[in-house]
Amino acid sequence: MATVPASTLAGNVAPVKIRIRDLEKSFDSPAGRVVALADISLDIPTGCFFMIVGPSGCGKTTLLRILANLETPTRGSVEIGSPAVGQPGNSMIFQGDSLFPWMTVWDNAAYGLAMRKRPKSEIDEVVGHYLARIGMTRFAKAYPNQLSGGMRQRVSIARAFANNPDILLMDEPFSALDEQNKVMLQEELLKIWEETRKTVLFITHSVDEAATLGDRIMIMTAHPGRAKRIVDVPFDRPRHVLELRAQPAYGELVFSIWGELREEVQRARALDEGEVRS
Amino acid sequence: MTTIRHANLEVGAASSAGEAEEIAHDMATNTEAAAHPLVTNKVRQARLSGGMSASNRDRIINVISPIALLVLWEIATRTGIFDARFFPAPSQIFDTLVTLVGNGTLWNNTWASLQRLFWGALLGGVPALMLGVAMGLYRPLRAIVDPLVSATYPVPKSAIMPLILLIFGLGEASKIVMVAIGVFYPVLINAVAGVREINKVYLDVGHNFRASRWQVFTTIAVPGALPLIMSGIKLGIGMGLILIAIAEMIGAKSGLGYMIWNAWEVLSVETMYVGLLTIALLGFLFTLLLNEIERVIIPWRVQR
Ligand SMILES: Nc1ncnc2c1ncn2[C@@H]1O[C@H](COP(=O)(O)OP(=O)(O)OP(=O)(O)O)[C@@H](O)[C@H]1O
Ligand SMILES: [Mg+2]
Repeated sequence: MATVPASTLAGNVAPVKIRIRDLEKSFDSPAGRVVALADISLDIPTGCFFMIVGPSGCGKTTLLRILANLETPTRGSVEIGSPAVGQPGNSMIFQGDSLFPWMTVWDNAAYGLAMRKRPKSEIDEVVGHYLARIGMTRFAKAYPNQLSGGMRQRVSIARAFANNPDILLMDEPFSALDEQNKVMLQEELLKIWEETRKTVLFITHSVDEAATLGDRIMIMTAHPGRAKRIVDVPFDRPRHVLELRAQPAYGELVFSIWGELREEVQRARALDEGEVRS
Repeated sequence: MTTIRHANLEVGAASSAGEAEEIAHDMATNTEAAAHPLVTNKVRQARLSGGMSASNRDRIINVISPIALLVLWEIATRTGIFDARFFPAPSQIFDTLVTLVGNGTLWNNTWASLQRLFWGALLGGVPALMLGVAMGLYRPLRAIVDPLVSATYPVPKSAIMPLILLIFGLGEASKIVMVAIGVFYPVLINAVAGVREINKVYLDVGHNFRASRWQVFTTIAVPGALPLIMSGIKLGIGMGLILIAIAEMIGAKSGLGYMIWNAWEVLSVETMYVGLLTIALLGFLFTLLLNEIERVIIPWRVQR
């Protein structure tokens, strides 16, 4: 198991898809200035399954939103390798509910393709394919308010995949799923990813999920969010979720990440309490 | 002599219409608050009533209550509780109704009013929807138009009737414009509020999936604001009915407003009632129709 400090990653041999330098993001609110992200410098190779873990409020979503061009950095630079001709740069799976309540499951999943005015035959084929893979074919005509939270998350996964972007930005996509469905969808995600080898940025609160899915795991600090450490995940692919979890090396990796994360969560909590007291 | 009467009537009509507008105004500003209790009420009714669905029961009550009112009125007039010169019995009114239907008077006047209402609603509603949704999406546009709306909205629409007559003449145009003005405001105000209530994440999704401005408009802003826009349209049509009646009382030769005004001049109280009831019935039918349209075009509101 190799742990690499964030700063020594530059100049990696694999072609870099995302290059972040000295990124800082702060928000001005009535309560004062909140520094959400600071000193983030990072290279993410093409085809890397990159996991992000960190205490709540450490700026994970903010980082993804900057990469998706939904937020502008306060300082620093972000360079993203261009996608293939005609391919969208990135698609985001948003944290929480983001399906359009006024569209059916099918129309939600077809949204990206429809916005790009793809021919109907292509939309039918691609959307049908991904709805089948997430097990939602039966609900194609349902509206989101007729689905459970987990089903809605599955549809938003299909929406992002059907758009076939160069980079997938996934913000806690499995958080509303029960354990069994989570494992099934993790397996499915690994299979789909194996076929396409897209660059993926994946936020999770689950250390298990990070070690199961990722090539690399970035552990973030809280207030402001910095890259505390980037951990390489050494397991071979293709992976099988349950087999992988039975290996001793897996347990060791999870344990060490837990150690680093617990420190941060405690520090974040101490900071919050300090703020309350002062 | 007639000119004096006209003057009196104008004042009377204006003040009563002003009251009606005030109510409509209150309703327009309260739609947001009102929309939600209504929804929860329906949910509660659905849980309480065992066999019949709440919406079916509502429909039956909607039909029964006006009938009951008519029966009571008939009794009150026949027993002399009501003065028959002012409140002729429903059966008498019905006789007049049959005559007016038979000779085509009622239909011709209703058709004239409906046409004006239709074109007015289109002329006022469509621009209001486009402008309102655009205002909801773009802050600068809102900053420009908002003060104009706030300044002109409280002016009673009936008070600008003379101005409209001056500009558009005594013909069809002035009637249609009056309706258009009445429909315009509630639709505009509700469309702006509807778009601003849309969760920001949906706009982020649109942006992330590279929706063009027009695609954001049609796939996010309009459907997202549709529930409030429909409330605006309902209020607007109600306003339009009020205004068309007033507009047709001045310088018109057809329409339900004209029929009522003319009935007053020739002292045919029954005809006046037929006109009033027709307007009431139109309002009722429009409500049913718009509720039905709402059910069809907002299917995601269906409870599970
Ligand atoms: N639009 C905004 N305005 C002001 N502050 C914001 C805004 N967006 C995020 N923040 C602040 O930035 C910090 C990071 O937020 P972010 O949503 O990125 O956290 P996160 O790591 O995704 O948390 P979680 O795990 O709970 O989703 C928080 O302190 C948050 O309050
Ligand atoms: Mg987040």
